[in-house]
Amino acid sequence: MTDALLSVKNLTLSIPTGSGTLHAVRGIDFDLKRGETLSIVGESGSGKSLTSLAVMGLLSKTIKCQADEMRFDTIDLQKANRRVMRDLRGNRMAMIFQEPMTSLNPAYTIGDQLTETLLLHRKVSKAAARARAVELLEKVGITAAESRLSQYPHQLSGGLRQRVMIALALMCEPDLLIADEPTTALDVTIQAQILRLLVDLTREMNMAMILITHDLGVVARVADKVAVMYAGGLVETGPAAEVFSAPSHPHTRGLLRCIPQPGKTERGAPLGTIPGIVPSLIGDVSGCVFRTRCAHASADCRGPIPLRGDDSHAFKCVHADGALSAEGELA
Amino acid sequence: MLPFILKRLGLALLVALTVSFISFSLLFLSGDPAAALAGETASGEDVEALRRLYGFDRPMLVQYGEWLFSALRGDFGESYYFKLPVAGLIAERLQVTMILGVCGILFALLTAVPLGVVAAIRPNSLIDRVALFLSVAGQAMPSFWFGLILIVVFAIQLGWLPPSGAATWRHFIMPTIVLGYYAMPAIMRLTRAGMLDVLNSDFIRTARAKGAGEGRVLFKHALRNAIIPVVSLAAVQMGFMLGGSIVVESVFALHGAGFLAWESIARNDLPTVQALILVFSMFYIVFTFLADVLNAWLDPRMRSS
Repeated sequence: MTDALLSVKNLTLSIPTGSGTLHAVRGIDFDLKRGETLSIVGESGSGKSLTSLAVMGLLSKTIKCQADEMRFDTIDLQKANRRVMRDLRGNRMAMIFQEPMTSLNPAYTIGDQLTETLLLHRKVSKAAARARAVELLEKVGITAAESRLSQYPHQLSGGLRQRVMIALALMCEPDLLIADEPTTALDVTIQAQILRLLVDLTREMNMAMILITHDLGVVARVADKVAVMYAGGLVETGPAAEVFSAPSHPHTRGLLRCIPQPGKTERGAPLGTIPGIVPSLIGDVSGCVFRTRCAHASADCRGPIPLRGDDSHAFKCVHADGALSAEGELA
Repeated sequence: MLPFILKRLGLALLVALTVSFISFSLLFLSGDPAAALAGETASGEDVEALRRLYGFDRPMLVQYGEWLFSALRGDFGESYYFKLPVAGLIAERLQVTMILGVCGILFALLTAVPLGVVAAIRPNSLIDRVALFLSVAGQAMPSFWFGLILIVVFAIQLGWLPPSGAATWRHFIMPTIVLGYYAMPAIMRLTRAGMLDVLNSDFIRTARAKGAGEGRVLFKHALRNAIIPVVSLAAVQMGFMLGGSIVVESVFALHGAGFLAWESIARNDLPTVQALILVFSMFYIVFTFLADVLNAWLDPRMRSS
């Protein structure tokens, strides 16, 4: 796809540790067009956040990053020097983090922190930057925006701080917004509001968004495309609607089964879980990493795993139908 | 900010008052001042006469009130030994001590903070090891010994610097290094620890995600937060340097206030000792107050507490 805004092919991230190399992310591909929302879903430690940090060029120096292709618009992110990356960050690609409580600098006012981004990337006056900050604070639904500029982070609630973080990310009208579990640290009523806000804003500004989450309920509501990650690898990708209506990989189905559904899930019945734990990714990793927790694992799962499906909806499994027939209808 | 400053100022005044009372009464606990003043050969009548002359026969609170009231006007009485007003005596000696103390803390801060920052940026690198070695050596070396070594090398062997006295600025180079080096290790280690901690925080990642350059990330976003405990430490060190530079002052024969305190204690020169204790305590109080204000400016969360 040549019209993709972001294109990542065969991204590998390895971390040298005392007891061998940790293969945190192994050969994942995805691409994203303007205006599209890609959701990367997976359990904790599946490599979602590392993947997004790699795109931003914010990985710690100890992590080795390799890819066949990592391209943002016309820029090769692997070859880009620090100066080019700095010009991109906050300007054309922006990120919202999981922890709104600690993501703002306690020593500076909201106004200082908001305008800093714009002043770093654009030749605008301080007054113009403040005006833009007020405009965005209003846009993210913060009342009395003008007076918020002189407040400090500790004077705001978690929900407000996350709104400020969103405004901060949008200061330069980025082409790509990466939201790394933006609602995890917030309470449920705020979660829905923040999500709604993100979706509306991406539409309005025609931004591409990568939404990283472990909450499939979130994905179903907002994503165009889904990439399901497990232990550093992609197990299934496809249009959100298809992945939800016809989940092909046993892991995706496992995740879906974990969500209690009103009316369907029996009251008092145990909630769905995926038994077992994520395997260690230190040392050589081969075959399907999910095999240790998969009900349909066979000897073949140790060997090379074929990519099945078509260009839009693909999954990796030795079973031609992802062992769907063996499971029967999804409850 | 203003209510915070006023609150801290009130607190500082309260502490100052308490300290003044303690420093006044401490000397009455060290024995009969009239007897000490009269000397070993004096008769009982002489001691009584002195007691009345200096007013030691009056209630202690009255004496304290009188002393405090005079002290507030800058009158600390007359030195028993020098027979001169204590205020003038201290003011004269304090000059040397102030120069030494200010130079010492500046030397300590200007070496310790950059070293701490660099050590934190590259932990376990060569420069971190060197900084660690310097700070361990500084902590382990007694000031008088380090001072003597400097005198032997730079004054006697190389002849670059004068060995003692306070006549020119060159006389202050070695004392500054000795005094500053004593304070440096703690400041450096605290800066390093603070920077390491702050550099791992989420808001630093946010700053990088904004596209801020490394210099901006380090100095605008990280150092401002990491320096807060250093400010408090430096204030205490500064107080210590002004009051406790006795060792350095005697090694380099700088007749400063620390040296005067030591002399006056040895001579039972009561008014001078009282005044010096008060002045040294005031330094601590003033510097901690200033550190509190500075920290409140650095960290808005402290203003509300």
